[in-house]
Amino acid sequence: MEYKNLFYVLAGVLFIMGLKRMSHPKTARSGNTVSSLGMLIAIVVTLIYFGNLDFRLIAVGIIIGTIIGGFFAVKVQMTGMPQMVAIFNGFGGGASALVAAAEFFTKAGTPAQTHYLMGTVGISIFVGTLTFTGSFIAFAKLQGIISGQPITFPGQQFFNGIIALVMLGSVVALTLGTGNMPVIIAVVILSSALLGITLTIPIGGADMPVVISLLNSYSGIAAAATGFVLLNQGLIISGALVGASGLILTKIMCKGMNRSLANVIFGAVGGEVAGAAAATRKLNIKSYSTEEAAMIFDAADKIIIVPGYGLAVAQAQHAAREVADFLMEKGKTVLYAIHPVAGRMPGHMNVLLAEANVPYELLKDLDEINPEFEDCDVALVLGANDVVNPAARHDKSSPIYGMPILNVDKSRTVIINKRTMNPGFAGIQNELFGYDNSIMVFGDAKVMLTQLLADLKEL
Amino acid sequence: MIDVITIFILAMFIGFEVITKVPPTLHTPLMSGSNAISGISIVGAIIATQTGGSVGTWLGMIAVIFGTINVVGGYLVTDRMLKMFRRK
Repeated sequence: MEYKNLFYVLAGVLFIMGLKRMSHPKTARSGNTVSSLGMLIAIVVTLIYFGNLDFRLIAVGIIIGTIIGGFFAVKVQMTGMPQMVAIFNGFGGGASALVAAAEFFTKAGTPAQTHYLMGTVGISIFVGTLTFTGSFIAFAKLQGIISGQPITFPGQQFFNGIIALVMLGSVVALTLGTGNMPVIIAVVILSSALLGITLTIPIGGADMPVVISLLNSYSGIAAAATGFVLLNQGLIISGALVGASGLILTKIMCKGMNRSLANVIFGAVGGEVAGAAAATRKLNIKSYSTEEAAMIFDAADKIIIVPGYGLAVAQAQHAAREVADFLMEKGKTVLYAIHPVAGRMPGHMNVLLAEANVPYELLKDLDEINPEFEDCDVALVLGANDVVNPAARHDKSSPIYGMPILNVDKSRTVIINKRTMNPGFAGIQNELFGYDNSIMVFGDAKVMLTQLLADLKEL
Repeated sequence: MIDVITIFILAMFIGFEVITKVPPTLHTPLMSGSNAISGISIVGAIIATQTGGSVGTWLGMIAVIFGTINVVGGYLVTDRMLKMFRRK
C-alpha cells in the first residue's frame, strides 16, 4: 500500500478546492491559500516518503528559488504582471523538462530503460523545453527587450515544419531506444527549444493574451507528462488541472478575437494586411482640449470608461479612478467596460483597476455592458483601439471583421484618448475616430486624465 | 499505465468543470494561481536528487530551483493581486 499516493490525492483535492474558490472575488484569496497548502503537503510527503534524497542540495535549491521567486513576486508592478506570469510559467516548464532529463541520465542504458519511459521522457522534455523558451520570448516581448510586434521571415512556416519533424523524429528514436542516446536527447532538447522560440516570435501585440494562456496550459501538460515519466499521481492530477485551465482561457481569448487558435499561431496578423487598409481612408477627426471635454462630462449622467492596453502603458489606472470618483460624487453613473482581450493577458484590465481600488462590481464584461451603451451619454475610451472599432461589425474586408467589440459608437458622445493617431495593433485606422459623435483628446492617458480632473473641479 | 491515464483524463474534466465557473474579472489571478500549481514538478525535482552525485542529481537540483521560483513566486503574486479585489 503506497500511503504517499493518498497524500498526493489530498494535495490534488486541495488544488481543486482552491480553484473552486476562485469563482468569486470574495473567496478567491482563501482559495489561493488552500491551493498553496496542497503544494506544501505534496512537497513534505515527497521529502518524507522517498529515501536517499540529497537534503543539502534540496535545501539550497529551495532557498535560492524562494529568494528569486519571492523577490520578483513582491517587487513587480501590477502593469508588469503579464511578463511576470510568463516568466514564472517558463520556470515551471523548465523544471518539468529538467526532471525528465534527470530521469533519462539516471536510467538510460540500464535495465530500467523501457520504451514507455523513454517515450514519456521525450514528450516531457519537448513540452517543458518549448514552454521554457516560449515563455522567455513572451517575457522579452512584454518587457520590451525585443520588439512586441510580430517578427516574421520568409519561409517561416516551412522552417517551423522542418524543426517539428526533426523533433518528432528524435522523440520516436528516443522511444525506440537504439542509437546514440545522448545525441538523440540533445536533438530533442535543441529542436524543442528552437520550436518554442520560432512559434512565439511571430505572435505579438494584441495576440499576447492567447500566447500567455497557451503557455500556461503547456506548463501544466509538461508537469503531467513528467508525472507519466515518474508514474506520480500528484504531478498528473495537478498538471491536468493547469492544462485544462490554460486551454479554457485560450479558448475564451480566441473567441474574444473571433479567430481560431491556428490562425493566431500561424496567422501573424499586422504584417501584410496593415498598409493597404490604413492608407485608403482619410478621417475627419475633431480634436478637443480637456477643458472642452470636461464640459461634456459635466452635462452627462451616464459614463462608461473603456480601458485598453494604452491605459496600462501610461499607468493611468489611478488617474482614471480619480476622475470616475469625482463624477460619481456628482451623482453620475460610472461603469467600466472590459473587453476579454483588452490588455496583454486574460483579466489584465481587471487587475489594474483593482489595484486602483475600483470595486469589481463596476467592471462589466462584453455581454453585460453592450446594451448599456444605448443610453450612455459619454463613452471614454482610454488607450483601446481595435476592441472598439465598428468595422468589426460591418466591414467584411477588415482584418478584425467578426470580432466581438464594445459598441461605444452607440453612445451619445465618444471621447477617445490616444497618444497619437497611429493605428492599433491590427494596423488599421479606426473609422470610429471619424464618426460624428466622436471626439479625440490627444495625449498621454495619465497626463490627460489629471488635467481633465483639474478642469472638472474648476467648472 | 491505464491507471495514470484514467487519473489524467478525469482530472482534466474536473479542471474544465471548475475553471469554466471562474469569472473574467479573476482570469489573471486564476492564471498565476494555476501557474503556481504547475510548479508541482518540484516534487519530481526532489525525487530526482535521489541518484547520488550523478548528472541526474544536479539536474534535479536546478529543477528544484526552477520549481521553487514557480511555486513561491506564483502563490505570492496571486495573493498580492487577490488582496486588491474589493467590493463597493
